Amino acid sequence: MATAQLPGEAKPKTPPSAPPRIERGFYTRAAIIAVGVLLVIFLLPQVLSLYYVDAMTQVAIYAVVALGLGVLVGRVGLISLGQAAVLAIGAWVAARLLFGTSLPYEVVLLASGVITMLLGTLVGLPALRMRGLYLALITLMLAGAITVVLASLNFPNGGHGFSGYNGALLHIPPIRRPGIAQTDPAYFRYSVVVAVIMFLIVLIHVRTKPGRAWAAIRQSEPAALAAGINTTFYKLWAFALASFVTGVAGGVLAGAVRYLYSIDFQTQDSITLLAVVLMGGAYSIWGAIVAGLLLQLLPAILNDLGVNPDWLVILFGIGVLQVLTTAPTGIVDQMPKDIARLARFIGGLGRRSSPAKEPAQ
Amino acid sequence: MIEVSGLTVRFGGVTSLDGMSVTFESGTCGLIGPNGAGKTTFFNVLSGFVRPASGGVKAFGEDLLAMANFRRARWGVRRTFQTEQAIENLTVYENVAMIHEHSKLSSSTRQDDVLGAIAIVGLDDVANTKVATLGAGQRRLAEVARAIVGKPKLVLLDEPAAGLPETETAHLGEVIRGIPEHTGAMTILVDHDMSLVSSCCQNTAVLDFGRMIASGPTSEVLRNEQVVQAYLGVAEAKG
Repeated sequence: MATAQLPGEAKPKTPPSAPPRIERGFYTRAAIIAVGVLLVIFLLPQVLSLYYVDAMTQVAIYAVVALGLGVLVGRVGLISLGQAAVLAIGAWVAARLLFGTSLPYEVVLLASGVITMLLGTLVGLPALRMRGLYLALITLMLAGAITVVLASLNFPNGGHGFSGYNGALLHIPPIRRPGIAQTDPAYFRYSVVVAVIMFLIVLIHVRTKPGRAWAAIRQSEPAALAAGINTTFYKLWAFALASFVTGVAGGVLAGAVRYLYSIDFQTQDSITLLAVVLMGGAYSIWGAIVAGLLLQLLPAILNDLGVNPDWLVILFGIGVLQVLTTAPTGIVDQMPKDIARLARFIGGLGRRSSPAKEPAQ
Repeated sequence: MIEVSGLTVRFGGVTSLDGMSVTFESGTCGLIGPNGAGKTTFFNVLSGFVRPASGGVKAFGEDLLAMANFRRARWGVRRTFQTEQAIENLTVYENVAMIHEHSKLSSSTRQDDVLGAIAIVGLDDVANTKVATLGAGQRRLAEVARAIVGKPKLVLLDEPAAGLPETETAHLGEVIRGIPEHTGAMTILVDHDMSLVSSCCQNTAVLDFGRMIASGPTSEVLRNEQVVQAYLGVAEAKG
């Protein structure tokens, strides 16, 4: 079975086996991940200070944003520099609905996901005609435009009308949170659960028909067309999915910060976002978690240490350079390899220092 | 049956196909010609990547050019490319299944159809291996499996044997000769390996500078003086 055969050689005719429906080790991996998630949900708020619980809430939110961008960049090969603006749209829609209605928070999240999906797919329309640098440029311009619109529209603060903004308000009410997640630790758990659901949605996409179609488009568009793949449809689907999860993340963000200001959403955030997604690993959905940590936990740690987090821009620049030149699959793929190499190195040291225990090679 | 009539393709000032008219009857047909003759352009017209300036293509009675490019694959036009296009980070099975997924075929027969196509090309042992880890010959075979899975009507093979060693080319030839029997599809084979073309194709057409200069039974075509001259680059001797 394991012997290599030339295709031309006669071989014993065994019926070809169908691929296993569920990969080997699936249940073990699922169990490990579930335990990990439970530890994060129940243990982290116990051991971390409120400052870091808030930071971890942001990590959960931005991991989902990175996940959406990872679908575009890593799966389909479409560079979008407008995802931070898409996040802002999600936050705006959620804030407006939270102030204007008494809908349950989950319904608001779903609605902001769907509305952002519709708007975000419009951002994806240029992708049907262009890719690479031009697509990046167009999405960046669109993000800039959205930033300008939001700056003049302002985020809802409890006012009336379409914008829900009242500049004359003296006592601005905070954006409400779900009843089950009023405190910061509870809201952190809520954010992680939402993030897990978003990861599952994306994981299902990636592992099934759309994921395979995206892989074909990323490799070669003519070949994808020749395979019968409606590339227009699947590219828009990728934008729709990315926008949906980003919109939901925006909804979680609204409740996390409780006061939204347009100044907090800068056009260049999209560029930083792409940088951390590449560093984390755009080809793996776990890279999104690393991206979230880089983007939100690292600045929090630096702040805590009294270092200006603006220095991170330089660090991220170097990080992207390093990733693109030596580890294109990102930290999430490179780290285990490096750790294994380190373990072998340390193991080798141990062997050399105690030659009596092991026979010489 | 594929009827091509007066097909002309221009890229700016270059005329890639110049009033090409030919009929591919059935079975496996060869399409040969020197580099730049327009063979791949012809395939690109059939796949819908290039819009011809004039002319028409009827495939089994249907106007092929009126179909959107991705719909042609669903209708039954399949092809391989000169450069490898099997998707590296998917397994052979997934690569082949993807074509089935985007065809009109029922998903209930997918597993049998896919495994059948993989068996025809002889990749049974590596069906669940990622394409990235396969050798060049096996990747080519994976692409051929993609082209023949399900019920293709027309299989276009663009230099499938390029760069393959002799033993692998021989196996590829066997696979290609088996396509009509296994799938009932018509096959058009473009290749520079004349022994492969003559062993696979009853009929062969020859393109030179975008024009058909000969077509007919392969052995006769290969002896045709004009064809020999086109390949050797001798000045055209009108006789």
